[in-house]
Amino acid sequence: MQTLLRTPLFDRHVALGARMVPFAGWEMPVQYEGVIPEHKAVRTDCGVFDVSHMGELEVEGPRAQGLLQSLLSNDLERLEDGQAQYTLLTNDSGGIVDDLIVYRLSPFRFLLIVNAANREGDFEWMREREIPGSDVRDVSDEYGLLAVQGPRALERLGLPEAPAFSFAEGELDGIACMINRTGYTGEQGVELMVPVEDAGDLWDRVVARGAKPAGLGARDTLRLEVCYPLHGNDIGPETDAISAGLGWVCALDKDFTGADELRKIKAEGPRRRLVAFVMQERAIPREGMGIDGGGEVTSGTHSPMLDRGIGLGYVPDDNAAPGTELTIDVRGRPRRARVVKKPIYKPEEGP
Amino acid sequence: MATETYPDELRYHSEHDWARIEGDEALLGITWFAQDSLGELVHFEPPAEGATITKDASYGEVESVKAVSELISPLSGEVIAVNQKVVEAPETVNEDPYGDGWLVRIRLSEPGEADSLLDAAAYKQLLDEQ
Repeated sequence: MQTLLRTPLFDRHVALGARMVPFAGWEMPVQYEGVIPEHKAVRTDCGVFDVSHMGELEVEGPRAQGLLQSLLSNDLERLEDGQAQYTLLTNDSGGIVDDLIVYRLSPFRFLLIVNAANREGDFEWMREREIPGSDVRDVSDEYGLLAVQGPRALERLGLPEAPAFSFAEGELDGIACMINRTGYTGEQGVELMVPVEDAGDLWDRVVARGAKPAGLGARDTLRLEVCYPLHGNDIGPETDAISAGLGWVCALDKDFTGADELRKIKAEGPRRRLVAFVMQERAIPREGMGIDGGGEVTSGTHSPMLDRGIGLGYVPDDNAAPGTELTIDVRGRPRRARVVKKPIYKPEEGP
Repeated sequence: MATETYPDELRYHSEHDWARIEGDEALLGITWFAQDSLGELVHFEPPAEGATITKDASYGEVESVKAVSELISPLSGEVIAVNQKVVEAPETVNEDPYGDGWLVRIRLSEPGEADSLLDAAAYKQLLDEQ
C-alpha cells in the first residue's frame, strides 16, 4: 500500500469539511461545499485552490538556459527576468513528457512548476541530460502553492494589475511570497509560492480576504471550459504537440528534443487533432468514450456555465473543423455533439 | 441541500434506493446518503415509459460532475411515469430526495417483493456499519 502525501494545508481542508481523495499520490480536497458553487465563485468572484502538490524544480548555472532550451519546446530567449512561459518537455518522437511553466529568476536561474504526477519523472529526465554548468534540483518540498483565481482575485488580495505570465517577489499581509500571474482557470488571478512553513498562514489570510476554498473538482471543470489540456488525459508521451493544438508553444526554429519530428508532423499535417466539443443532447461525455468515425474522448464533464456536457477528444483531421457533428458512445447510447472553437467558454473581460 | 433523513414510511434497498409503495404502484428514488455521496446531480438518464424494470437490476443512471451511478430498482414493475422535473433539473434530487426528487413511478408486478426491503431503522443500521 502506498502512503498518500499531504500538503501543509491538509488539516485546514479537513476542518473545512472537504471531501479528500487520492490524486497523483497525494490526499487532496476534491470539493468543499460542492463543485458547482466553487466553480461559479471562481467565474464570478474569487476562489483559492491548494496546489501545493505540484512540483517545483530549479535549474541553475551558467549553462542553465542552454540545457533548458535543448529540452523545452518554447523559445526561452523571449523571457526576461520576472517573466514566465508555458512550455512542453518533449521526447524524441515529439511526445509530451510534461507541460509546465518556466520562470526566469535570473539569466542563470530558472524555476519550473510541473505536474504533481510527473515531478519525479521530469526530475530524472532532466538529471540524465544535465550538462556541465547546469544543476537541476527538486525543491518541491520547500514550497506551498496557492492559486487565487477569479475576476475579483486581485482586488480581494489588494494586488495591482500586472501582465499575464509576469511574476515578482512580494508579500501578502506581511507574508513573503512569490506572486505569479498565472493560473489554470482562464480567469485573472495569481499563484502564490510560499515557504512551506508559511503556507497555512497565507491560506488563512487569503480565505479571510474572501476567496472561497475550491477543490480539484472545480479546478477540472474550470480548465476544461477554457480548453487547457490536462497531462495524462489530453496530452502525454504518446501524443504530439501539433496534434494537440499546442504548436503555438513550439519554437520549431530551435533544436529541442523531438523538434525534427514535430517539424515533420507540422509539414505533413496531423492525422488527428484534439478538438473541443459541446453536447447537443442531454449527456455527459467521459474520458475513454468512443467517437464515431474514429476518435476518443480524453476529458469530459458537465459545464457549470453552459449547463451542458462538454469535452476534449481526438478525432481524424477531417472531423476537426468547428461545426462538425460528432456522435459519442455514452455507455452504448449514441449522443450528438458539435465541434466548437476553443475555448468552449470565454471568461468575461476584466474591469 | 436537504438535511439527512430516512422517512419511516419508505422501504429501502441496500444499494441506497427507496420505494414509496401506494397500493399497486410505487415511487422510486435515491436516498439522502446516495445523493450526498454523489454530490450535485447534473444528469438523470431515465428508463422509457412503459419499460419493464426488475428488482435488484439497473433501471437508469444519475451523474454528478465527477461520477456516474447506476440506479438499482428496489422492486419490479412497469414504468408508468418519469419525473420530468428531475430530467430538466437533476439538482431537485439533492434538494428534496424523498419528495420532488422522486425518479419514476412504477406499477408493481410482484408486490410481494416489498417484504424483502429494509425499513428505515434497518437501512440506518446498514449505513452505520459501512
